[in-house]
Amino acid sequence: MNTLILTSIEQGLIFSVLAIGVIITIKILDFADMSVEGTFPMGAFIFAKFITTGFSPIISTLLTFILGTLAGLLTYTLNIKLRIRALLSGILTATILYSANLRLNGRSNIGLTSYDSIFDGFRPVIVLILIVLAVKILMDLFLRTEVGYLLIATGDNETLVKSLGENSNKYKLIGLMLSNGLVSLSGALMAQYQGFSEISMGTGIIVVAIASIIVGDTVLRNSKILKMTTRAIMGALIYKFIGALAIDLGLAPTDLKAINAAIVIIFLSYNTFSPVKMRKARKIKAVEGVKC
Amino acid sequence: MLDIINLSKTFNQGTDYEISIFSNFNIHINKGECTAILGANGCGKSTLFNIISGFLMQEKGIIKLNGKNINGLKENERAKFIGRVHQNPSAGVSPSLTILENISLSDKKCQKFTLRKLIRKNKIEAYKEILRTLDLGLETKLDTEVKYLSGGQRQSLSLLMATMNKPQLLLLDEHTAALDPKTSRLVMEKTQELIKTQNITTMMISHNARDALMYSDRIIMLDKGEIILDLRKGQITEKELLNIYNSRNYGSPLTEAV
Repeated sequence: MNTLILTSIEQGLIFSVLAIGVIITIKILDFADMSVEGTFPMGAFIFAKFITTGFSPIISTLLTFILGTLAGLLTYTLNIKLRIRALLSGILTATILYSANLRLNGRSNIGLTSYDSIFDGFRPVIVLILIVLAVKILMDLFLRTEVGYLLIATGDNETLVKSLGENSNKYKLIGLMLSNGLVSLSGALMAQYQGFSEISMGTGIIVVAIASIIVGDTVLRNSKILKMTTRAIMGALIYKFIGALAIDLGLAPTDLKAINAAIVIIFLSYNTFSPVKMRKARKIKAVEGVKC
Repeated sequence: MLDIINLSKTFNQGTDYEISIFSNFNIHINKGECTAILGANGCGKSTLFNIISGFLMQEKGIIKLNGKNINGLKENERAKFIGRVHQNPSAGVSPSLTILENISLSDKKCQKFTLRKLIRKNKIEAYKEILRTLDLGLETKLDTEVKYLSGGQRQSLSLLMATMNKPQLLLLDEHTAALDPKTSRLVMEKTQELIKTQNITTMMISHNARDALMYSDRIIMLDKGEIILDLRKGQITEKELLNIYNSRNYGSPLTEAV
């Protein structure tokens, strides 16, 4: 049970970097960016490429973030410059990345256990906590800057951003690049944690990200103090733990993707049909009845 | 001030639905005046505003602001001198941000947005002072997200944000149409106060004859992309205006003020 908790925490921390990345597109920009499915394994494959070429683990990990932003640039180009719908743009990027990832190393599965990783010499959970904290703090600081607020305003009301004299597309580009960079970073962390990069590790990863965001928003709904990023981290941890619990209770690891989807469905329906909300709705109806 | 010369605009060009809104349209707007634009739906009022603000491009014609051709400027570049308040109270604000955040954003309008912190503590008092002029108590709700404000409060805030850096031209696009009569009157009065004290040249689309007569210096009526009436304040009474309007536009009378 103890290893179960520790593994859930460690994987949850890796997924919280993913969730913070996806928040930028899905929650802030209101842009359903599916390219994540390709960017997550891309991070793992870029890391594999650099580490097998002889770069240090820290440099390799940082490079996955920087190169990951290019996936955002591609989605932006498809969506804004070529005017392809957001959803399709993301899917196209993911599809291109699938081939690009295979081309990069020439293989669909690369073992990394014989190479250095950023976890060497430390407990993974400590390293991960430090990375997640750094990402969270930087993200929170960024969202308080003038540019950060314009990013939020772009998702909220593009007309306003234009009336402020700014080109709203610029902020979509910043958001998409930042988001994909973080997702790629998360993929690189996962590759080092599990000891291999594999082409199918991105399949269904968008559901994992959305699940983390929704769980975080649902469980901590009534807290006004918690920031978006904190919610995402808590959500990823809780979500990962539920999944691990399900497997511990006897479900096969192959069932995991269905469990992921089930968690999303359950939390979404809870948000819609929660007893509190239903009671409120009935109350409103009753009051309206009196008025009539 | 604003000159529109030989403007032509056609929608759906080359299709069966082709419709010409303006052909060789000319207008001159005087500096410091408030000009009301009246007309039935489809007469080209909003298209005119969309072309001036750069949201739509015209096929032909020149838009000059203070003698300078602004044809080549994009919508966000024109925002430096043209402010606009829309009919929808949410269009001029960022609903998920607080009042303070919205005001701070509009205070930075047309300056460089950087990686510095947006909220400056030393400016809060000044913002409160500006909000106090609205008389809506918004200065005590700085940390309230704008989506929780009423339509009238949101529209007043939009108006304030659109005029904060004193635009050379202010476009009011039926900005009180979505409000109830009482709030609408209130917002109109605030508008009047703001544009008169700052002497902002204004164009205002309205469907309300009394508002148009009461608050503007000049009244222009459009029909099918042409000016059918161009009068100064006091040259026409409300009743005459309504008569002209009704005789021209079948079935869509100008709403009388409550």
